[in-house]
Amino acid sequence: MSVQGAAALSVEGLTIRFGGLTAVDNVSFEVREGEVLSLIGPNGAGKTTAFNAITGYVEAASGEIRYRGVRLTGLAPHAIAALGVVRTFQKTSVFAGQTVHANVAIGLHLRSRQTPLAILLGLPSVAREERQLEREAEEVLRLVGLEARSGDLAASLPYGELRLLEVAVALAARPKLLLLDEPVSGMNPAETGSFMRLLARIRAQGITVLLVEHDMKMVMGVSDRIICLNQGRIIATGTPAEIQGNPEVVRAYLGERYLHKGA
Amino acid sequence: MTRGITIAWLAFLLSVPLWMTDLYVLHVLIVAGIFIIAAMSLNLLLGYTGQLSLGHVAFFGIGAYVSSLVALGFEVHVLPDWAVRLEPKPVWLGMILGTAFAAGCGWVIGRISFKVRGAYFVIVTVSFAEVVRLVALNWVELTQGPMALNNIPALTLGIPGLFEFTFLRKPANYYLVLVVTVVCYVLIRRLVHSRAGRAMIALRENEPLATSVGVDVTRYLVLATVVSAAMAGAAGALYAHYVRIVDPDVFLFIYTVTMVIMVIAGGKGTLAGPIVGGLIFGLLPEVLRGFEIKPEVQWVVYGVLMILVVYFLPQGIVPAVRGWWERRGRAPQAVQEAAP
Repeated sequence: MSVQGAAALSVEGLTIRFGGLTAVDNVSFEVREGEVLSLIGPNGAGKTTAFNAITGYVEAASGEIRYRGVRLTGLAPHAIAALGVVRTFQKTSVFAGQTVHANVAIGLHLRSRQTPLAILLGLPSVAREERQLEREAEEVLRLVGLEARSGDLAASLPYGELRLLEVAVALAARPKLLLLDEPVSGMNPAETGSFMRLLARIRAQGITVLLVEHDMKMVMGVSDRIICLNQGRIIATGTPAEIQGNPEVVRAYLGERYLHKGA
Repeated sequence: MTRGITIAWLAFLLSVPLWMTDLYVLHVLIVAGIFIIAAMSLNLLLGYTGQLSLGHVAFFGIGAYVSSLVALGFEVHVLPDWAVRLEPKPVWLGMILGTAFAAGCGWVIGRISFKVRGAYFVIVTVSFAEVVRLVALNWVELTQGPMALNNIPALTLGIPGLFEFTFLRKPANYYLVLVVTVVCYVLIRRLVHSRAGRAMIALRENEPLATSVGVDVTRYLVLATVVSAAMAGAAGALYAHYVRIVDPDVFLFIYTVTMVIMVIAGGKGTLAGPIVGGLIFGLLPEVLRGFEIKPEVQWVVYGVLMILVVYFLPQGIVPAVRGWWERRGRAPQAVQEAAP
């Protein structure tokens, strides 16, 4: 097992450009084993772009990203997922035409060892593994609280449950580092509250979490540390209390009026 | 219950040559069966990975030509004074090589289509089919071009010195096609209900999400293309040794279109869809001919039926019937169906 507090993910000098725009500008930070680290910042600060670079969806102009010593830069998304770095998407993203159970079953891809030849030959090991995966899918659905929805089409779920399903699909891949991109955006306070409890259960499984979120109540409630980005640069790093008291953050992100309240 | 239905169906299909004395009907069923194999193979790509192979007939034709050429033997001059010569080989070897060669071409297409999806995949496959057709038409020394490959031997199986059986008559060919169809169906069903099938569906439904949970989508697209091409090639080989003449017309675009119609009308992404679609659109022209309807009118009826199916049952016949059946069963009590 990993040592609590050691650097799990390290990002060094990450720069990402889209044409003439520098979306992420020489950003360095690390995510420690077992912690919940949040990236905050106004829209366009480069949070999602950094996410995309870490998980291989966007190419970095320069800089290096390592997970437990393995270079992620240049790897394909599926190879990064295989190392245990799994993400969710900002825009709701599920396999809409499939049942809730089938969604999770696809997420279990990395948990399965069937080879094409064994499948075509119909070997008993394949059937055995399918039964095992069946149990694992139910386990994941219980963890997020969607077990009653197992047979329903993903497209038929209400918004809050759809977002839970996304997390379930990611969890099925057995992440060691889970990157959540605005998981509670659009949720009502009750749904956000239950999501925070889910996050605690995810943590209890030893999963490190990197979170991008706009809901400050959630961010302040769940994070060990927070990094604040503005216009592609890190402007502050610290505990929730430190971030809340940082005048730079308050000015850039929370707005001028919070400055007076905080002072 | 489903097992019972399957056994009943198989028993019925096995019994057909016993009571059906009209050889023409058997011929129609054999050809429909060959097309059903091709349609099932297309469904693996179109229905499960969501990629439309509009050059699918190329794999069919490659299977037919390679198998025939191996069985007939050939001599081609690769260089003016250097010829490659192949003595005639047994038909079963030709069929295996035809299937394998088609699979190899499928692998190449899958690799070329590394990052190519949607419309671009269609273009790659259409171009491939056209190139293959032109080769068949113009490489006269090998393929006889428009003169066609004639006198292709029928399949002979046996143990040397003990017994030998040649698939010359219609009932024998009917059983041969039936066996290959069932084998292909079982293989596709295994594939679809496995990690590989889920990966293919994931590619169809949401590629970025699929890659985010570790699915190497290209790998499974290549796998689907290879299996699909192999089955289309096997169908082509069956066809060549049944009709025993092959010309470049096997590469006509209309055959691909026929396969696509069978898959879409029957229900793409369902196991039974291409079979239902293949039976309806494979037998329909013959049924219409039976009513002594003129060929032009036949095509009009065919087209109108196609439009009606797509308009009223956009998901295809099989999903529509299944949906109707489930709604009917759900009325008294909600049924919990296992994952499809």
